[in-house]
Amino acid sequence: MQALEVRNLVKQYRNGVQALKGIDLNVAQGDFFALLGPNGAGKSTLIGICTSLVNKTSGSLKVFGHDLDTELEAAKACIGVVPQELNLNQFETCETIVVNQAGFYGIPRRLAHERAEKYLSQLSLWDKRHKMARTLSGGMKRRLMIARALMHEPRLLILDEPTAGVDIEIRRSMWDFLRELNQGGTTIILTTHYLEEAETLCRNIAIIDRGRIAEADRMDRLLLKLHTESFVLSVRAPLAAAPTVAGYEVRWLDPHTLEVEISKTQTLNEVFSQLTASGIEVVSMRNKVNRLEEIFMRLVDKSGSPA
Amino acid sequence: MSTSVARARWIGFQTIILREFGRILRIWGQTIVPSAVTAALYFVIFGTLIGRRIGQMDGVDYMQYIAPGLIMMAVITNAYANVSSSFFGAKFQRFLEEISVSPMPDWLVVLGYVAGGVLRGLLVGLAVTIISLVFTHLPVHHVLVILAAVLLTAVVFSLAGFINGVFAKNFDQVNWIPTFILTPLTYFGGVFYSINLLPPWAQSLSHANPVLHMVNAFRYGFLGRSDVDVLLAFAIMLGAAVILFGVALTLMRRGTGLRD
Repeated sequence: MQALEVRNLVKQYRNGVQALKGIDLNVAQGDFFALLGPNGAGKSTLIGICTSLVNKTSGSLKVFGHDLDTELEAAKACIGVVPQELNLNQFETCETIVVNQAGFYGIPRRLAHERAEKYLSQLSLWDKRHKMARTLSGGMKRRLMIARALMHEPRLLILDEPTAGVDIEIRRSMWDFLRELNQGGTTIILTTHYLEEAETLCRNIAIIDRGRIAEADRMDRLLLKLHTESFVLSVRAPLAAAPTVAGYEVRWLDPHTLEVEISKTQTLNEVFSQLTASGIEVVSMRNKVNRLEEIFMRLVDKSGSPA
Repeated sequence: MSTSVARARWIGFQTIILREFGRILRIWGQTIVPSAVTAALYFVIFGTLIGRRIGQMDGVDYMQYIAPGLIMMAVITNAYANVSSSFFGAKFQRFLEEISVSPMPDWLVVLGYVAGGVLRGLLVGLAVTIISLVFTHLPVHHVLVILAAVLLTAVVFSLAGFINGVFAKNFDQVNWIPTFILTPLTYFGGVFYSINLLPPWAQSLSHANPVLHMVNAFRYGFLGRSDVDVLLAFAIMLGAAVILFGVALTLMRRGTGLRD
């Protein structure tokens, strides 16, 4: 079964802006799905329609087979959402916020308190349960929004940039938590600006640009579509210019740094052999950019949109 | 509708009321105390100082005459203010989305907020009633009329507050209606005087004021006296409640002021 089925979804705002221009999208049950796109591409509009916070203009949308037009309540019951913008009642305590959220989904109060302890503990917020939301740090507020979204144990969790502004340590612990959640059977749709995050976590991906799906594929297949990769090499002795490496394009960046572009038919061994023969020692090497970032930039550049 | 759906909805409804009750208690200095203080001042100034010179109004002691009106005034302003400010606040801080994304149907959300408004209206009404008993004796002519009038009035103004909250784009717009419409309607709604004191044209005009009917129906419940037909007053209250509920529900379904 599909967790999410979107057919020919169109959204035109009153000011005439067409945010979605006939989107088709499938997210399979149990998937960890990345929805990427530049700012203003239509990601948040799509999520807004999924969660009934934005009215669609036309098209259809089903959540676990429940059509939003005919079975709205059943569809909503399947979804948990962590929005991009903070939307907490700043004057309520963490525990009250999550327990109330469970109540809106019809979870009895006793069970809601049990789940509050479970999810606030899992997100390292249990000791803050009596603190008002406004007293929490940015990262804690984000985690509180995740705990809140999980209180009714949704089958589909939609996370709109959940790690924005969160430090690297907390981000990594959130990744572990989301991975466990997905392994437990929860379908997850993630939008993020950290492409490393999408590449690390997600199995499938759609790139949305200017209201259209520019690419939708398995993550590994999409990454294979990258025909060339650029590597940055640090060399021990200073160089005045880029050395000649037959068959490869080598650029001189500074006396100790070179950049080399490798296609899928070429090997790094050959580059190193030629550099060694020229007496150049390479002390370290790194990818110039994240692979997904490279694809993302190319897809978005192709359609002429700013990244 | 299955039992589990009905139970889930009941829990959702309770949750909105509990949240509203928590809010009323959390900011009691803004929600309960001001109306009680204002009512006490009215009793001291209009009742004790000026009222002594007025003597009787419509055949009863003036203090006794204004007590039901002052209680009703507190109920009206608090029921309205609770829903308009709470709903707008939730919209403004965006935590209304907690409810919007949930499976709670629109009508239940409206009822939940209205119940919160009614709760505050009744709590403050009770506080003002207790204060009024310090200053005067309040007989009970017809307890059901008292309860029905106060409940219906609280519902009507909670619904009106809800609609205000839906349309409001800033906090100024939450205050406009109470300042420029609600307060004049209440002051000209027979709280402090019988409309029999007014010239005929002003009496006719006063009958167009729904607050006059609410205050008088409530007063009838205590004192057995009214400037208006009590049955007509109840018809107006019921009619207003039904119409305002329809408007509130339509706005929610369209997503007016909430969804683009």
